[in-house]
Amino acid sequence: MQTFLQQLVNGLAWGSIYALIAIGYTMVYGVLQLINFAHGDIYMIGAMAGYYLGLALGVVGEGSLLHFVTVLCGAMAICGGLGFVIERCAYKPLRRAPRLAALITAIGVSLFLEYMGQLVFGPDPKLFPPLLPARPVAAIGGVVINTIQITIFAVAVLLAAALRLIVMHTTMGKAMRAVAFSHTAASLMGINVDRVISFTFILGSMLAAAAGILVGISNPKVDPLMGIMPGLKAFVAAVLGGIGNIPGALLGGLLIGVAESMVVGYLSSTYRDALAFVILIVVLLFRPSGLLGSPSAEKV
Amino acid sequence: MLTINDLHVHYGAIHALKGISLDIKPGEIVSLIGSNGAGKTTLLRTISGLLKASQGTIVYRPDGAQLELTRRLPHQIVASGVAQVPEGRLIFHNLTVQENLELGAFQRRDRGRMAHDREFIFTLFPRLKERLKQSGGTLSGGEQQMLAIGRALMASPKLLLLDEPSLGIAPTLVQQIFACLKQINARGTTILLVEQDAFLALETAHRGYVMETGQIVLEGTAKDLLHNPQVKQAYLGQ
Repeated sequence: MQTFLQQLVNGLAWGSIYALIAIGYTMVYGVLQLINFAHGDIYMIGAMAGYYLGLALGVVGEGSLLHFVTVLCGAMAICGGLGFVIERCAYKPLRRAPRLAALITAIGVSLFLEYMGQLVFGPDPKLFPPLLPARPVAAIGGVVINTIQITIFAVAVLLAAALRLIVMHTTMGKAMRAVAFSHTAASLMGINVDRVISFTFILGSMLAAAAGILVGISNPKVDPLMGIMPGLKAFVAAVLGGIGNIPGALLGGLLIGVAESMVVGYLSSTYRDALAFVILIVVLLFRPSGLLGSPSAEKV
Repeated sequence: MLTINDLHVHYGAIHALKGISLDIKPGEIVSLIGSNGAGKTTLLRTISGLLKASQGTIVYRPDGAQLELTRRLPHQIVASGVAQVPEGRLIFHNLTVQENLELGAFQRRDRGRMAHDREFIFTLFPRLKERLKQSGGTLSGGEQQMLAIGRALMASPKLLLLDEPSLGIAPTLVQQIFACLKQINARGTTILLVEQDAFLALETAHRGYVMETGQIVLEGTAKDLLHNPQVKQAYLGQ
């Protein structure tokens, strides 16, 4: 029981990070029907930005909440800008091209970020600055929760709530939902569809950056290829929840995080990375529209 | 209000519009009739900026200004006062009736006049008021058409384009909707109506154009067209 609860806490922490990345996949799919395979690499850039911002702030011994918040906001701003530039340069020119062209471009952007990352940052892993002190805060019946995990939950919940507020209660959010339904109908409402798509990329990239920082503080080794595996797993999470569905991406992320953690706790960490793909195959076989997706995914 | 001159549109190799010219005066209801595939929807989509013209001009003159629409983007065209009720209605199924209406006024900031327009829409279509919190996808076909028209009116258009508003709707509702179009027109909105039901279209309109395979083949007052032997034979089944 103790192992189970401990793995549950660990899994939810990892799951929160997957969820933040998965939301970006699902939002971009919603407005463009594009799987943005470069999304995992934006998460990597977020972590890298956090590393350099931490150095610039001179965090060496033990950081503070102020350091953490500054680095988090800085990395989110940088990745928001990067998401905007990527969409403008790589995807916008392909708006009227077949969907496959944009998908292949996304893979190209992903490789570009990974190998430019190796060139610019160097291929060796870097030690992420200790932005927050890692201390156990609670030990209930032997289950330990530390400051880092609390921070991950808090940031993930806060960002998810902010996102919900934006999507459900702002004009831009309404426009996003309109664009997700139909570009034609949205244009006829006077919505600047390109601007909404840019906004969606910025928002998704900011969440990926936050995930990058959260990984940095909990698992302090960052390198230019670190985005590949979490990116794929977050993609699986988005598919599991129902691609295009934001609450689904959250749920999918948490489920994958917990499932992985259970595999590590009860089987062996060797199988950890395989699990997400097993889940993907099972979902595609038995419920291709995902847990919360509507079965009629095809648009009329 | 709107002058289209020698407009050509291509879909790849298909020459969909082959030199359309037409003219709409302020305050008119103009009907565009013609069979399936004549290019009526293509014309409306080109006016709204959804399709690019390969040749020709669309000059729109709201209150003394003069705008060339072929060089503008859809959202700019809506902002200049041209709204469209598209074919198939395209109601946002995932949004409520209220949100659909709000999106119609996406670019407007004049809250006072927006509320006024909303009240006018509810007097036209009281059913929309009853269904404000319902999602658009749960409405019947007729209600969705009412919502589509209401949503377009929320943009406070000077020129309203309607694409087949009678399609797939119960006959009694069709009568009601077309009566509303006259009310909308009486309130000062110029209307370009694309409609397959030629009788209904010409009864509602002041003037009409007949399109065949991408070209205008006839034009005249609605009354003249209703009595034109060619129109009678081809479109009125008489």
